[in-house]
Amino acid sequence: MNRKENFTAGFIRENPVFSLYLGICSTLAITTTLNNAIGMGVAVIAVLIMSNVIISLIRNITPNEIRIPVYIVVIATLVKIIQMLIKAYAASLDTALGVFIPLIVVNCIILGRAESFASKNNVFDSALDGLGMGLGYTCSLIVMSVIRQVISTGVLNFTNPFDATQMIFEFRIIPEDYVISVFNQPFGAFVTFALLAAALAGYKNAKTAKAEKKKKAQEAAQAALAKEAK
Amino acid sequence: MDIGNLFTIFVTAVLINNVILNQFLGMCPFMGVSKKSSSAIGMGGAVTFVIVAAAIVTYGLYHGVLAPLHIEYMDLITFILVIASLVQLTEMIIKKTSPSLYKALGVYLPLITTNCAVLMVALENIKQGYDFAEMLTYSFAIPIGFTLVLYIFSTIRERLDAAKTPAAFRGNPIALIVAAMMALAFSGLMGLV
Repeated sequence: MNRKENFTAGFIRENPVFSLYLGICSTLAITTTLNNAIGMGVAVIAVLIMSNVIISLIRNITPNEIRIPVYIVVIATLVKIIQMLIKAYAASLDTALGVFIPLIVVNCIILGRAESFASKNNVFDSALDGLGMGLGYTCSLIVMSVIRQVISTGVLNFTNPFDATQMIFEFRIIPEDYVISVFNQPFGAFVTFALLAAALAGYKNAKTAKAEKKKKAQEAAQAALAKEAK
Repeated sequence: MDIGNLFTIFVTAVLINNVILNQFLGMCPFMGVSKKSSSAIGMGGAVTFVIVAAAIVTYGLYHGVLAPLHIEYMDLITFILVIASLVQLTEMIIKKTSPSLYKALGVYLPLITTNCAVLMVALENIKQGYDFAEMLTYSFAIPIGFTLVLYIFSTIRERLDAAKTPAAFRGNPIALIVAAMMALAFSGLMGLV
């Protein structure tokens, strides 16, 4: 697999959220607003890149039997640093995300990439993999939060995470009388997630069906050619 | 000790703030081991043991070691190591006592380490400033809520296997739709406390 493929894998083909079902706890919980989604996404990207780099650096000196505890300690340390930074510089984000910031430690994406990629590849590739997977995760969060926020409040807005009073942009998309507020609730989270996962599965099914059809047509053409040659 | 207060904590944690349907924690086993009701019960038992044991140990460590030494920032690292060792212990116990359950749970058994509910309970006990009795009640109530929802969900999924579903919805997406319906039903209990 070349570098470009490896980088883009996280977006659709191996999308960690909607096709591998990794890290869905936080996805379902925090995608009520665009602000939360971007804040969480950036925090996960930061942890993922750093953990991939560190684990890749120590991959040759880590004894195989205790590698999982070692990875967990590395990840927990990084998450604690990020949590302290968020608390200090983006207090509004800290209250909005709450317990889900420390819970990045147990986000399966991070441990999953450490185990399946960073422990086998060099530092540069691991950092790239972390960025790609992290961006795939963040895109999934953004898509879901935009859908949920627009349907439940009718407004799409984004405030400066470092200064909660400063609004960066705000549009009203759906008039106030037509919003469905249940999309803010757990019900909306599950339904939105199910529909997006089904859409991705449908897209993949269609793609494989097309590829199979093409393969069959090719085989038929070859068989016809072989017959003619006889 | 105030029994009414403990009862409120219990009901809130089991039904109103249900760990799966309302806080979205422990989704991996929720999707992974909910295909058969027998393994759902086994998983619920294992998670209950790990959560209660981890809560007691982390609570003791925090108030006995971390707080007196003023190194509270070490909480995440300490807690996750305690949880990982307890999961390893549970795995060994189940492997010895019930090989069939061990097989049924498969990879989801070691994955209890990364079950967010375990770490959440440990962190929440500290954050809410619970005393020992409240801590015990809360740590029991959360896995009971988890097991209850996991069991209900697994019985629905057993039926779902026989149902006709569109190709794109087969497997997890339709299960998530069911979870959405359950979340809607549970949100009706909101006014209970």
